[in-house]
Amino acid sequence: MYAQMVKSEGMKTLDEMSPEERAFQERIDRGEKIEPKEWMPDGYRKTLVRQIGQHAHSEIVGQLPEGNWITRAPTLERKAILLAKVQDEAGHGLYLYSAAETLGVSRDELTGKLLSGKMKYSSIFNYPTLTWADMGAVGWLVDGAAIMNQVPLQRTSYGPYSRAMIRICKEESFHQRQGYAIMMKMARGTPEQKEMAQDALNRFWYPALMMFGPSDKDSVHSAQSMAWKIKMNTNDELRQKFVDETVPQAEYLGLTVPDETLRWNDARGHYDFAQPDWDEFFEVLKGNGPCNRERLEARREAWERGAWFRDGLNAYADKAAARRASASIAAE
Amino acid sequence: MPSLPDMTTPDVMALARDAAASQPHDPHLQDVDLKPAFFDWLCRMGDNTAILGHRISEWCGHGPVLEEDIALANTALDLIGHTQMWLGLAAEVEDAGRTADDLAFLRDAMKYRNVQLVELPNRDMAHTLMREFLFDAWHVEMLTALLQSGSPRVAEIAAKALKEVGYHVERSSDLVVRLGDGTDESHARMQDALDRLWPYAGELFLGDGVDAAVAKAGIAPAPGDLRAAWERTVDAVLDEATLRKPEGRFDVHRGGKQGRHTEHLGFILAEMQFLQRAYPGASW
Repeated sequence: MYAQMVKSEGMKTLDEMSPEERAFQERIDRGEKIEPKEWMPDGYRKTLVRQIGQHAHSEIVGQLPEGNWITRAPTLERKAILLAKVQDEAGHGLYLYSAAETLGVSRDELTGKLLSGKMKYSSIFNYPTLTWADMGAVGWLVDGAAIMNQVPLQRTSYGPYSRAMIRICKEESFHQRQGYAIMMKMARGTPEQKEMAQDALNRFWYPALMMFGPSDKDSVHSAQSMAWKIKMNTNDELRQKFVDETVPQAEYLGLTVPDETLRWNDARGHYDFAQPDWDEFFEVLKGNGPCNRERLEARREAWERGAWFRDGLNAYADKAAARRASASIAAE
Repeated sequence: MPSLPDMTTPDVMALARDAAASQPHDPHLQDVDLKPAFFDWLCRMGDNTAILGHRISEWCGHGPVLEEDIALANTALDLIGHTQMWLGLAAEVEDAGRTADDLAFLRDAMKYRNVQLVELPNRDMAHTLMREFLFDAWHVEMLTALLQSGSPRVAEIAAKALKEVGYHVERSSDLVVRLGDGTDESHARMQDALDRLWPYAGELFLGDGVDAAVAKAGIAPAPGDLRAAWERTVDAVLDEATLRKPEGRFDVHRGGKQGRHTEHLGFILAEMQFLQRAYPGASW
């Protein structure tokens, strides 16, 4: 899940709503899509901007941990696949910023908030990628966890967000499979490769569980977002689903999930599993994760060093527009 | 989320290899006298795209604007794809049991055959784009000429690559014009990049015995034959970009094609070949 702990505005009952708000909620309840120029409550707009913005930022910052291994990919095929994947992530950022723009906030504005630290990106990208097996683990577990949330969001109430999510899900599912393909090679490779694969699972398991955010079953924010259909499931439901699907995949690889309490619970029909260290999660959100500083610095540097480039293109566009204007005057 | 059966679909690389087995017959591949020159020439083509693709991929996640992040990754991806085709054919011609990956990841610098231009550091977007433009303007002429190659396998690769390189040159020309004729700073940076890169561009047009042998066999044009068309493109774009063509010689730095490189290539290879060198024989 690339959006964590998104605050939404307070929850009202149908009786407390204005006629407009009630009509809006009834449209959502009927399963209609809300489109950009239609009326929407301020809270709906603000919550969506936060959520879509955070997701977009996660795609952009998410280029860095995988980009870290592009120049060291072990074969031409792996290098090509990884490049294609990271390029897809940047493309997802583009769809999402575009979806956010339909709500009246510009990409530059959102980028400014990312770089100043006012907006967050997913905690997961503050963890380092230390070996090639991490490219497998990121695809398998991180994209796998993201898909858990994104598949239901294809049915979200806001039209542009829903359509962006449909495109994104097609690619993410491919990403997860390529990650798993790397894990299969490593887990069945040399002893060193298998050791790298197990180490990657050990390091990414709990951070992947954190991606769903802390339990929110009693959260007012979540209840409102769910009523608006911009959040489709609780964090705990998604986390459980992820564990249930991932554990057999780990077993197939012959790898051990680093959780001694992990058991299949026949009565529940689900795995019982240990919670991640939520203190660590809140520390990472506060900026104290292993790579927070590097990730944000890399994005700030890219933006600052690119200023002359963007200014140059803008200046040319202005000159070209002026030339066209004077040419059309001359032609009259 | 894909289920376990989805995650364990058949090996797509094996399917691709099977498809590759049905290639058109090419008598040049069995020509024993031609083999050393043909192999070297194919390495030159593949090493140029491998090293330039590597350099461009260094930008991943660090571009000046999101669209550039996407375009740079896309360009690098195209070039790595070309590398797979050229070095794959080189390995077939050599017929010594090596693969394209062996050639890319297990040759040291003195066996690499790329021109020095492509191994120079990225420095900034001005240098990166100007280098791309000088290379693309050559690449498009080379691939266009190779469509007429007497080797059907070479012509086939050229036709595939040309579709992408047509976009590369369109994009790099457009950006050279816009940044050259943008702000004072963007103009100065582009001029600086041009001045610095110019003495490396000429190596693309210098021929040697390898080039003569493949030209004689009807596989590829002599490098010098591409120069006039390249100059026309470069002159037109630089003129529109309000940039001044350097007056000095453009072929000062040479030797990459014969395996004599700048200091930079060793570091590229140290990074690129790390896993294959650290874990010999492992499959990835």
